[in-house]
Amino acid sequence: MIGDMIVAQQMPEPMLESVPTWFVVLGRRPVVAGTGWSHRVDVRSGGNDGFRANERSFAYYGVMSSEERFQTIIDAEDKIEPPDWMPEAYRKTLIRQIAQHAHSEVIGMQPESNWITRAPTLHRTAILIAKVQDEAGHGLYLYAAAETLGVRRDEMQELLHRGKHKYSSIFNYPTLSWADMGTIGWLVDGAAITNQVMLTRGSYGPYARAMVRICKEESFHQRQGYELLIRLCQGSSEQKAMAQDSVNRWWWPALMMFGPHDSDSTHTEQSMKWKIKRVSNDDLRQQFVDMTVPQADYLGLKIPDPDLRWNEERGHYDFGEIDWEEFWRVVKGNGPMNRERVAHKVKAWDDGAWVREAAMAYAKKQAHSAA
Amino acid sequence: MSYDVPVAPGEKAEIEETTELSGESWPMWEVFVRARRGISHVHIGSLHAADAETALENARDVYTRRGEGVSVWVVRSSEVHAFEPEAAADYVEANEKVYRLATAYEIPEEVGQM
Repeated sequence: MIGDMIVAQQMPEPMLESVPTWFVVLGRRPVVAGTGWSHRVDVRSGGNDGFRANERSFAYYGVMSSEERFQTIIDAEDKIEPPDWMPEAYRKTLIRQIAQHAHSEVIGMQPESNWITRAPTLHRTAILIAKVQDEAGHGLYLYAAAETLGVRRDEMQELLHRGKHKYSSIFNYPTLSWADMGTIGWLVDGAAITNQVMLTRGSYGPYARAMVRICKEESFHQRQGYELLIRLCQGSSEQKAMAQDSVNRWWWPALMMFGPHDSDSTHTEQSMKWKIKRVSNDDLRQQFVDMTVPQADYLGLKIPDPDLRWNEERGHYDFGEIDWEEFWRVVKGNGPMNRERVAHKVKAWDDGAWVREAAMAYAKKQAHSAA
Repeated sequence: MSYDVPVAPGEKAEIEETTELSGESWPMWEVFVRARRGISHVHIGSLHAADAETALENARDVYTRRGEGVSVWVVRSSEVHAFEPEAAADYVEANEKVYRLATAYEIPEEVGQM
């Protein structure tokens, strides 16, 4: 609320009688307040849809304090856009989350590119290259979204290289067999989609838009993975055993992707209010398990959890407890592949320095000779 | 998966925001794609590139891999100019002028579609 400047009055013109619109006056400037935008005034606009739709984007301005306006936009299921005022903690939380998400996409290229030259057919090689290229693109969309919050991409990368930024722990597990290319698509990308569909409804515009693009492409990732496993499971007994071994290794790390229990999750409440997060870790995990178990049944693969069973009463699958010790060990940097993944990333970045510098030097020279 | 970065017990959640960077970064470009003939180019995202030529190539590789468009524009982000957010209050005036809208006028039903 900005001081005592708010006065509500009805529009006087007789012509507009059919549109009972309320004004909120801020200083000398009247500002239209539409239905639901202001919790201060009982505002009501009539049956004129054109007018309502039009006023919607602008009604937030001038009515409330920055902080109230920010939360009102979010509560109204609208998006916060880069030039808008936002609480510093919202900005920081988003940078932290989007950066870790971007790093995950980029580091996520490593376990799969490991198999590009060893894919069994040219067709599978092409699919794998396309998928890895997508992951690079996802990293790019996400870094660009984070940059709208006033942080530079190079800065985020530097923090990743120095171990100050994290990425999803799932990529700290090795890809030991060809079946892992199927399991990663099915379980890892499946878990990612479960979370990312929620993120398309997040409150920050650039992040939500990036998620829409990413989800479309992830769907290809998941389906190609599942199809790969169908082929293996319909193949020889060795091929099916390879698929089972792969699921045995990836099931639990995939469940860990949803993060700690809600009871141990530090920022959930604030993130929910800000709609950065819209569904809790445990709810998303349950959703993933419920969706995945029938898919495993179709493949004829066994999920490595003795406690897994359908609970008629809850209408969900019950499942066993995650090894949280392992979870935190990998998060803290002591998983099977943590050091190798970061070392490889740093090397690729350093080895590419001359290319980046040469491209810049060339661009400058061209601009100079054009002038 | 949770991109909500897990904070280990006893660990600080703050990110370190200032970093010394060596070297010069490629400038940022805004990418606009015409999805098909007959409609305008629409902003689709951004990227970094040394010059316009490589920006176009990167845009093609990143944003049009699945038939998303038939034409691409790239514009240096520094060349895009916009009003400050506070200036948005000025747009409110446009909303006050309901008489500019076709829907503000009642036409008797017997006249038919207009």
